[in-house]
Amino acid sequence: MELDAVLLSRLQFGFTLAFHILFPTFTIGLAGFLVMMHGAWLATGAEAYLRLYRFWLKLFALGFGMGVVSGIVLAFEFGMNFNGFSAATANVIGPLMGYEVLMAFFLEASFLPIMLFGWGRVGPRLQFFATLMVSLGTMLSAFWILAANSWMQTPSGFELRNGLFHPLDWWAVVFNPSFPYRLAHMLMASLLTGAFLIAGVSAWHLRRRLHTELAARALRLAVVSAAIFAPTQILLGDLHGLNTLRHQPVKVAAMEALWETRANVPFVVFALPDQTNATNRAALEIPRAGSLILTHSWNGRVQGLDAVAPQDRPPVAVVFFGFRVMLAIGFFLLALAWWGLALWWRGRLDAADRYHRICLFATPLGFIAVIAGWVTTESGRQPWVVQGLLRTADAATPLPVGSVASSLTLFLLAYGVLLAAFLVFAYRIARRGPEHEIPEQIRGAPRTVWRLRPQ
Amino acid sequence: MSMDLTLLSALVIAFGIAMYVLLDGFDLGVGILFLFTREERDRQLLMSSIAPVWDGNETWLVLGGAMLLATFPGAYSLLLPAWYVPLLLFLFALIFRGVAFEFRPQARRKQLWGYSFGLGSLLATVAQGAMLGSFVHGIDVQGGRYAGGPWGWFTPFSAVTAAGLVAGYALLGATWLIYKTEGALQDWCFRVARWLMLVVLAFIGLVSLWTPLTNAEIADRWFGWPNLLYLSPVPLLTAAIAVALWRSISNRRELTPFIYAVALFLLSFFGLAISTWPYAVPRAVTVWDAASSPTTQAFMLVGVGLLLPLVLGYTIHTYRVFRHKADAGLHYH
Ligand code: HDD
Ligand code: HEM
Ligand code: HEM
Repeated sequence: MELDAVLLSRLQFGFTLAFHILFPTFTIGLAGFLVMMHGAWLATGAEAYLRLYRFWLKLFALGFGMGVVSGIVLAFEFGMNFNGFSAATANVIGPLMGYEVLMAFFLEASFLPIMLFGWGRVGPRLQFFATLMVSLGTMLSAFWILAANSWMQTPSGFELRNGLFHPLDWWAVVFNPSFPYRLAHMLMASLLTGAFLIAGVSAWHLRRRLHTELAARALRLAVVSAAIFAPTQILLGDLHGLNTLRHQPVKVAAMEALWETRANVPFVVFALPDQTNATNRAALEIPRAGSLILTHSWNGRVQGLDAVAPQDRPPVAVVFFGFRVMLAIGFFLLALAWWGLALWWRGRLDAADRYHRICLFATPLGFIAVIAGWVTTESGRQPWVVQGLLRTADAATPLPVGSVASSLTLFLLAYGVLLAAFLVFAYRIARRGPEHEIPEQIRGAPRTVWRLRPQ
Repeated sequence: MSMDLTLLSALVIAFGIAMYVLLDGFDLGVGILFLFTREERDRQLLMSSIAPVWDGNETWLVLGGAMLLATFPGAYSLLLPAWYVPLLLFLFALIFRGVAFEFRPQARRKQLWGYSFGLGSLLATVAQGAMLGSFVHGIDVQGGRYAGGPWGWFTPFSAVTAAGLVAGYALLGATWLIYKTEGALQDWCFRVARWLMLVVLAFIGLVSLWTPLTNAEIADRWFGWPNLLYLSPVPLLTAAIAVALWRSISNRRELTPFIYAVALFLLSFFGLAISTWPYAVPRAVTVWDAASSPTTQAFMLVGVGLLLPLVLGYTIHTYRVFRHKADAGLHYH
């Protein structure tokens, strides 16, 4: 394939989006835990929760800033690099993004400052309300943007006139067939990733014998949550996949590297998919397991990639490996969460050095699974931008190659610098750990009504 | 029916852009002035005067982008590729000024992220001003497609509007800081604001003469009869506000200079709107040709009608919570 402007635009869009999605994952997940910590402080009055809250709030703010600046780029990149797409789908996609701004972004932007700087200026109820609203805002943002993305995967509620999509039924547009699954799977992905982020940092503190009492408490919170989130995520993923099989069978065939339509489908554990010859090399298979997973029967018939012409097939290797990376991480995290639960049960979680080391290593895995999942989803839809209706090649702006090549280079450089700076600053905040003393202005603030139990 | 929806959508977009220009305008102006301060304490004050509000202010930009896509896709998909270069500069500049709020307090080399903040604000303003100029000047459209090449937006006129906007945002920033600071820093802002005001007036004059002189349609809009009569309040009011701004600075008022600077901006904005109406892309596409389907506009406007009052409500609330003088100790680190 030559390096044309369309390909460069796709690379740039995929790269900037993959960069962006790291931070929403981070903020959606952490915001959930901040609500828990803040609520636990107000309910019990235990200062440990307040110190944990204030510690994670710092990391949250750092990630939030990155999410905002990288997200603004995307809102404009649609029109800059994919004006065919924006012209054709604006009637449908536009309002979804408009609602995202009105419902979610303003909410976050107005209440985050109160979370950060409101101490001593507003009462404790409003402070907690702000935490709730910011968390709600991150989820509403996911709601609307995933409605847009899901509509591109499984479009419904519209009609096509002269190459333009016209909405007929907004309910059907928003609640399109893949939306509920994608929303649940993405929110749960963020919470799971957040749990292992907290587990990793707390395990690190425990290993360094710093803030041990707080770190142990945070690790327990993370492990217990992860023990619930991990199996839920796998269940949601299974449902998501079955739904995709109904609506985008070609994507599922690519995920499973299944070249021909047949019964008794094996589950391909590993293979090197060969797109030109439409076959797998070096395949390691479990007989009939594919049929069992996809049709819930031993000899079910599954549609293969041969159902569509070669030029209408997605890049199978990308989809296949993306999916397997996600699966492997999903099951690994489940094992890790339940192992932690068992350790806790036996009262050994705080001192399990080997477990702490593995948790530290597992910190980035959630993020990697999220990227892998999105690569599966997005590449599996190729060569379409709107499944079956609008081709990616027709969606891109006919820009000069030089323009896109320069912008892509700049993005790689700038985002590289930003990510490095983010990691350095996050590392410093994490190393410093929670404050030892809660500032007087906060401790002094009355908590009254919210406290259920006296100190 | 659909014409009314389009008019209403245009009003909402105009409102959103005006909010963005005023609010992020003073933020960016504070960033530009930041480049001219030396004391670490002053720099911290400048940043903390906008730290609680900059994100909300920038959200009006995102609203503008999303609303343009939803209600005027014809303009969105034409203008954005035409402005590929300045928009990217703008976005990169916004990125680097935005992350500075989080990074600078953490950094050992504060200087570096200070430049990221100041130069980011300056570059964002320059790029925005250039796009404004290119918009008013008109865009080369052939067969429904942009045909001006990557540098088509760059003209002498857009260079003038870029410089003018830098002065304008700096004026908004200086008057905001008069409201937010005390002592020596405030004195400095009073002095700077007075000079900036003169520069801004000069640019307003220059642009007001340039556009009608080079464009017959705009000249006719302003000087044709009876428009001349109806529109004469615009320049007269501008002059009156300039005088009021001057006097409020001389009398060392703390809040009124900002309000007059805002009024000056609104009038200039109104003037440009008069010159460009009814185009969504000047002299190429009217708002009606650029509009999305009526169903879409209606759905969007319902959302705006229900949610915008709420948004304005909690935005005002946030401003009230942080209405005191800026506090260099305002951080959570
Ligand atoms: C509402 C729209 C939308 C949303 C929410 C997403 N995408 Fe997407 N994505 C597109 C709209 C899109 C697109 C405009 O449709 C692209 C550009 C070119 C293309 O083929 O599809 C695309 C392509 C694209 C590619 C390149 C695929 C290829 O060309 O083979 C990747 C890797 C991603 N995206 C990754 C992501 C990630 C990590 C997302 C998580 C936020 C994401 N996408 C959400
Ligand atoms: C093409 C897709 C996307 C676009 C155009 C987009 C656009 C944006 C924009 C403009 C912002 C900054 C808003 C502000 O000023 O506060 C933002 C932030 C955010 N986005 Fe996205 N986004 C996309 C994908 C996603 C997805 C898939 C999710 C969730 C699953 C998501 C969740 C969020 C959240 C939670 C924020 C809040 C800020 C933060 O996370 O730090 N976005 N996005
Ligand atoms: C191990 C069990 C899992 C299964 C069976 C599973 C299944 C799936 C499937 C089938 C898709 C593609 C759906 C489509 O495009 O139509 C998907 C996408 C995705 N997965 Fe998973 N997944 C699992 C684990 C995880 C984990 C652990 C994470 C992250 C922590 C994750 C994050 C994502 C994301 C972000 C997407 C893209 C968004 C979407 O389409 O929902 N998944 N998953």
